[in-house]
Amino acid sequence: MYIFPNKIKKIAIAFMIVGFFGLAYGFLSAPKTIEQSKAMIEANHGDHHSAEHDEDNLKSHGASTISEGSENHHNDELHSNLDTNLNNTEAHSEGHGDAHDKHVFHQLANKPWAAFYVSAFFFFMVSLGVLAFYAIQRASQAGWSPVLFRVMEGITAYMLPGGIIVLVILFLSSLHLNHLFIWMDPEVVAHDKLIAGKTGYLNAPFFLARAIFFLGGWSLYRFFSRKFSLAQDKASDISNHKKNFRISAAFLVFYIVTESIMSWDWIMSVDPHWFSTLFGWYVFASMFVSGITAIALITIYLKSNGYLEFVNDSHIHDLGKFMFGISIFWTYLWFSQFMLIWYSNIPEEVTYFISRIEDYNLPFFGMLVMNFIFPLLILMNSDYKRINYFIVMAGIVIILGHYMDVFNMIMPSAVGDKWFIGVPEIGGFLFFLGLFVFIVFKELTKAPLLTTGDPYVQESKNFHY
Amino acid sequence: MSSNRFIHALYDDDDTLLKAVKNIRSENYHIEEVYTPFPVHGLDKALGLEETRISIMAFIYGCLGLIIAVVMMNFIMIQDWPQNIGGKPSFSYLENMPAFVPIMFEMTVFFAAHLMVITFYLRSKLWPFKKAENPNPLTTDDKFLVEIELSDNEKGLTSLLKKSGAIEVSVIEKSE
Repeated sequence: MYIFPNKIKKIAIAFMIVGFFGLAYGFLSAPKTIEQSKAMIEANHGDHHSAEHDEDNLKSHGASTISEGSENHHNDELHSNLDTNLNNTEAHSEGHGDAHDKHVFHQLANKPWAAFYVSAFFFFMVSLGVLAFYAIQRASQAGWSPVLFRVMEGITAYMLPGGIIVLVILFLSSLHLNHLFIWMDPEVVAHDKLIAGKTGYLNAPFFLARAIFFLGGWSLYRFFSRKFSLAQDKASDISNHKKNFRISAAFLVFYIVTESIMSWDWIMSVDPHWFSTLFGWYVFASMFVSGITAIALITIYLKSNGYLEFVNDSHIHDLGKFMFGISIFWTYLWFSQFMLIWYSNIPEEVTYFISRIEDYNLPFFGMLVMNFIFPLLILMNSDYKRINYFIVMAGIVIILGHYMDVFNMIMPSAVGDKWFIGVPEIGGFLFFLGLFVFIVFKELTKAPLLTTGDPYVQESKNFHY
Repeated sequence: MSSNRFIHALYDDDDTLLKAVKNIRSENYHIEEVYTPFPVHGLDKALGLEETRISIMAFIYGCLGLIIAVVMMNFIMIQDWPQNIGGKPSFSYLENMPAFVPIMFEMTVFFAAHLMVITFYLRSKLWPFKKAENPNPLTTDDKFLVEIELSDNEKGLTSLLKKSGAIEVSVIEKSE
């Protein structure tokens, strides 16, 4: 049995506390009203590049003095009231300045929410990726991986709580507490024929119902698979193993459909004017490779502390091969999506990449280096894949690279060019990292780290490549 | 002067062969060659053969293919005649790079694969009309053969091979 080391527990809790304060700071420092956001922007411009934006400042000053009177008595009300206020001023032909201020206000107000959402989704995605990998190992009757089943089951323990947090964020969005999903704003939908045409699919009740259904389905598989896996240890026949095989195969069918729809819902719909057909696969590749990397990192950690003496460097080698291969698979999908849109250059599709290349140049292409070129060169050598140091180094870069991937998927639509990897973003990452580590290591203590009843476990223990 | 007499031991099982090879090597005999009808897992380790470096060569060939693709397309599409073809930006290589990536990829794979195969043929001396070298045609079907150079201890070696499970031990003289 694994004992949760106190040191890790303390580090995880410290991460959560630091991350919580980082997120809280983000929420407290985000503007509550349009005036505050304008003041923040002006202060920023004054600080950094005053000459460049003098004209901008003048414009917003003008707009603010004109609309001040009409806005003051709305200050404490919801932003939908501000919207009506905006329409009133629009009628008075001061619409542009106000629309811009409102736009910037939404971006700044979205920042902590987006930081929260990106990290929440990222760590959820890691454990869902591990669940998919686990189901594939079960359904394909892999002979090498049964010694890693308990590590995978430990990681997938995070999926339900992590998924619930994501669900709560989605629910709060549908209550208009943030502006992450602009199609949830009835004011936007009313003036946007494109989104209005999608309301049959993109409406909050159906959206939340789908999310609950997906998370429910995945959690049911996770629950029963874990149950059968534990029961198999005590069983005298392999009926539990067979049951696990069957539900894993069924789960994979369910998963590939629901994962695809989930990626449209939770990620693609932050940008409801844009669509891509391979997006589901793209998100899948991202979660799959970060999930496999998480398995490798935790396996190496546990082994180096002497808990997995039956894991040899051939298992690490196989995980390294998966990290290498799926990293390339992810790049293939990233490039297929990028190149097809870049090549045809259809305006309604290409804006997605234009905003990313112009406002997110370093994160957008930096992520390509982290997720493709670095693992490609590091993990190509067969000998390096057996050395823990290389796997850990490549693994950390891959994990951070795929965090950047999710960051690049969410942020441009949520905060636009107001992005920064600052306190709320790092805080969000640390908070969920702490929570992830805490839940995963807690789950690892609940069962022996070696499945004893699995019919393939002997083969797996003797696995050599 | 090394002698031109060789001892040939025939085995009918790959497990026996592996054990025999380990035995022979632990007695400090030098194994000249082993002939098998199929790859025997672990035989190269038992023989103490050096690891192949063909994958390193493949990597270098791949880099070569990539460089050739880049230089070629940079010259043709950007330097020599930068036409406007359907509005693609042919001002610099980087600006138009996504359109070149499929070719860069394929050229990398093409060079890596083909030059690696050719390297393999050259290093293992394989080509059409090459005279086959197997000392016993049975080794292409179901028998395994170990060839050891013979000096003066023919008796000891024969008994060692017999003991290690050889079904037939014979002394061959090569005229070269």
